[in-house]
Amino acid sequence: MLATILKPDDLDVHLLIEGLYHRYGYDFRNYASASLRRRIQSFLKTEEIATVAELQAQVLTDRACAERLLLGLTVNTTAMFRDPSFYVAFRQQVVPLLRTYPFLRIWHAGCSTGQEVYSMAILLQEEGLYHRCRIYATDANGRVLQIARQGIYPYKQMQDYTQLYLKAGGQRTFSEYYTAKYNNVILRPALRERVVFGEHNLVTDGSFNEFNVIICRNVLIYFNPTLQNQVHGLFYNSLCKFGILGLGKQETIRFTKYETAYDDLAKAEKLYRRRN
Amino acid sequence: MAYELIVIGTSLGGLSALKTLLGALPQDFSAALAVVQHRHRESDQGLGNFLQQFTVLPVHEVEDKERIQAGHVYLAPADYHLLVEYGYFSLSIDEPVSYARPSIDVLLESAADSYNERVIGVILTGANQDGVKGLSTLKARGGVAIVQDPDTAESPVLPRAAIAAIAVDAILPLSQIAPRLIHLCAATGG
Repeated sequence: MLATILKPDDLDVHLLIEGLYHRYGYDFRNYASASLRRRIQSFLKTEEIATVAELQAQVLTDRACAERLLLGLTVNTTAMFRDPSFYVAFRQQVVPLLRTYPFLRIWHAGCSTGQEVYSMAILLQEEGLYHRCRIYATDANGRVLQIARQGIYPYKQMQDYTQLYLKAGGQRTFSEYYTAKYNNVILRPALRERVVFGEHNLVTDGSFNEFNVIICRNVLIYFNPTLQNQVHGLFYNSLCKFGILGLGKQETIRFTKYETAYDDLAKAEKLYRRRN
Repeated sequence: MAYELIVIGTSLGGLSALKTLLGALPQDFSAALAVVQHRHRESDQGLGNFLQQFTVLPVHEVEDKERIQAGHVYLAPADYHLLVEYGYFSLSIDEPVSYARPSIDVLLESAADSYNERVIGVILTGANQDGVKGLSTLKARGGVAIVQDPDTAESPVLPRAAIAAIAVDAILPLSQIAPRLIHLCAATGG
């Protein structure tokens, strides 16, 4: 096989990523390169390291630095009821289908600090489906899962979340779902009751159950087309027949190998239904 | 070498500037265009539909991993950064850059990384500094840097900042930018 010739800058990044994989097993080899490069550059700034080559040398011998880099390379932007129109569509298009099942397994892949998992729990509770659900909320990053498990968030975000909750078709008063204490709120324990949080790496781990619904929003954008196809294979094989797949607002099944494996359920909201 | 991609950044006043610029490009235009217009995070597909009225080139709000095709206009969607890989786009929800998501810097820098001297960067009217760093990188990588003449800009802050920071290739009144792009792409195309 002919070797691909890389520019010096790209080569340094390539070697860093290969090093992370072979030394620690962290696999960023098929991440989308443009955003990965940006995050490496911003990590260099934070750590006051001049070049990618220097970072590479340090990472291979310094596990603490490697772990900081690992956190720096993963993105954890999230909010309760992020993209409220998604939840409106979920209530209108998906909930009626879910009512036909006696028991529901939902996989929220790449759940980060948990806000969107609890949003789904609230929605399902308001629709009277929560008691028949089990939500598996996974992320590759143990540290964000700890936050997710606690369900404690800064109070100052609640105003924003309340607005989004209302736009998402919320039927009650948002403050019923949390208790405020000092500068934080803790979500009602009932919202956690049917949720199982666990570590799962979409790049390296396989299927662990069969699901009626898989939600994975704004995670696959960080993967290149090869890895996207691989993860879509995992999702396809983890969904039951006619199972539902929910992606981020600007994500699509269109440019993947699984384009014809799904029907549109709510096109603009990227809700798909697995074909037979 | 042929220019394959034109990256355009604008904020305040951008709607009418984009209308003029895109409206003056012909159907057989040989490069792809990617645009960041600063916008509210909850704005919908209105921008794409609006601009489509004024141009014969197909306008897309980018979906992740969309292929880059010559003669198409690609808009950064609300609340996502738009990044250029070689041959396709990626999106990200990384933190805002210079308070902006989408950020002009992110588009221009990633375009420079992926297309080097085959990219043209255009800075139009705008009210802050987002875009200056990106245009500087693009220029350093061998791309062409074009800035709207601040005197013809609804908001001259961004064009002025770009001109002050970068030895740009051309400072042009808005009406002259499309003809220049057509000329550049024709001169090197084929």
